[in-house]
Order: sequence, then structure tokens, then C-alpha cells
Amino acid sequence: MIIAEQKPIEEILEMLALHKKILLAGCGACVTVCQAGGEKEVGVLASQIRMARKEAGNPIEIIETTLTRQCEPEFMEEARDVMNEVEAVLSIACGIGVQLMAQTFYDKPAYPGLNTKFLGLPEEHGVFTERCAACGDCVLHLTGGICPVARCSKSLLNGPCGGSQNGKCEIDPDLDCAWQLIYDRLKALGKLDNLEKIIPPKKWSTSRDGGPRKIVREDLRI
Amino acid sequence: MVGRNPKIVAFCCEESGMPAYEHALSLGLALPEGLKIVALPCGGKAETGYILEALDKGADAVMIFACYEGNCKYVQGNIRAEKRVNYLRERLGKIGLPPDKIVFCPVAPASGARFAEMVQNEVEVLREHT
Repeated sequence: MIIAEQKPIEEILEMLALHKKILLAGCGACVTVCQAGGEKEVGVLASQIRMARKEAGNPIEIIETTLTRQCEPEFMEEARDVMNEVEAVLSIACGIGVQLMAQTFYDKPAYPGLNTKFLGLPEEHGVFTERCAACGDCVLHLTGGICPVARCSKSLLNGPCGGSQNGKCEIDPDLDCAWQLIYDRLKALGKLDNLEKIIPPKKWSTSRDGGPRKIVREDLRI
Repeated sequence: MVGRNPKIVAFCCEESGMPAYEHALSLGLALPEGLKIVALPCGGKAETGYILEALDKGADAVMIFACYEGNCKYVQGNIRAEKRVNYLRERLGKIGLPPDKIVFCPVAPASGARFAEMVQNEVEVLREHT
């Protein structure tokens, strides 16, 4: 899922400085799971902003809502009525949600309350780690289900590098060496021979390096 | 500006905070007029949203009365509550409000005197801010 975290409050307050009435919109999907932008976080952030503005002698009215998802146009309709009442929206969805807000409600500023960080998962409650780089050319079938692009600091496709020591990465000693993890998994699967196959240089054109990406499914188009 | 009778919302765990409050009442101990008690099944149910909403809606302080470490009926509810309090205190500090408007108070069930003392301490702290 998409992992995000809330922007510093000072930055958020600066964005809202000229507004008196806003919508604070959360999202019921990824940011709820990573506890950055769900319904609970909407309530907490709204209270914090109101208190800060009251303390500054410049009160603000905040309407709170949490959309089912902010990444699909159908769900934007959940906010249509209330958008007529506000000057701007502070979205605590991921960057996709903020952009769809801006696109859907063209005449109202849409501000990002979060920094979208990476694609990942919760390793334990409260700890989120990056697992996918959305490179567009997945090699997980070759590496025992462990992504060398996202989890190796050097994104090596034929690792490890000479810096791998005691299962740890030389770039970040707190990080497990992805290629050690790959080795361990392939060994458990009885597929160590995969390591003898050279993965060719990566086609980065399928990644963000190739520019903004688009998929068209003609079978789905109405 | 905190008046003579500051409004304090006390979220009280039913296993510790509530019995301590009731003990304080039974002992006839002085408790501030502005004290509002909210019973919770566990201190760990004191959500960050509840705490901030109470302050946002006019409470001068919020106190969370929960069990001492190791005594939580639900194992770690009290630890979660304390972590949330610390998290919110930091958030308050970042908007220029005194962090001690939110206080975590471990208490034993038969500690009416301690309950009353902690509440009175908070009243004094609030008066110092004015």
C-alpha cells in the first residue's frame, strides 16, 4: 500500500493562513491503514489546526470528512455538496487523492496535508518499510519474492555487492542486505540455481525514469 | 485564559481511574468544580481524537487515569495510552500550547487521595499558565 506521513504542522498552517473555512478530507484506503490520513487522523488534525488558529487569534472553520477513497472519481462525489461551502480543501490522502481533488473541484485550491513516501507494508504495528518501487518490470519470480530494486540500497539485480556484511547493508547498517534475504529465501525454496542466472540490465524506461506512465485497457473501456 | 474553575476532562479507566475517583468521593476529598469524568473500559481506549477534541471544545486540560504498568487488564492498554499522551503533548508543543494540558496519570483503584492530589496539581499547573 501507499505509505504516507503527515506534513509538519507549521507547513500545513502556512498553507491555510489565508483561509477561514476549509474542508479537511481524509481517505479510507491506504492512509487509513498507515494511520496518516484516515478518519481518526482527520479528527486529530482538525482539532490541532483549530486550536492553533484560535491561539493565533485567527479562527478557522473546518468541515471534516473521510471519503471512501480519494483515488477514484466516483468517490469524489461524496464531497461535492460540501465543497460549495468551503474556500479550499486540505486533503490528507496520498498525492493521488490531492491531485484528483484539485482536478475535480477545479475552482478550489487543494492542499496536501501529507507527504507520500513509498509503497510498502507494516512490518509491525507502527513500523512501515518500503517494498516496491513500481518499476514496471517485476523480477520477484527470480529473486524469491524479495525485490532487489526497492530493498537493495543500490538496486543491484545481480547482488550482493562487496559491502554486504553479516547480512547487513554497507550503505545503511540498520538495513538487511536484500541479497542476503534473497539468498536465504532461494535456499529455503531449493532454488539457489536462480543466482547463477544473470538478470540483464534493467529497462528503466518502464519505471518513472521513462516519464509519466499510463495503461489503457481497451477491454475495460465503455 | 483559565478561570477560577478550570475545565478538566478526566478519562478514567474502569479498573483504576473510576474506582480511585469514587474512593476520592467517598473520602469527601475536594475535587474541582470543573472536573468532568469520562469512564472508559481501559485507558487504552482514550483515542487521540477524544483527547484533542476535548481540548478543542474548551477543556483546559485532559487527564488520563489508567493502571500502573504491569497491571492493565487488557495487557498493554495503559502503555498505549501513555504513548498517545506523549505523542499529543508533542503536537501541542508544536502549535505553541503547553504540553502539560494533557497528563497521563497511573493510579491504583483504592487511591482516592492520590487521584484528588493529581487533579489539584493539574489545577495549579493550569493557573500558572495564566
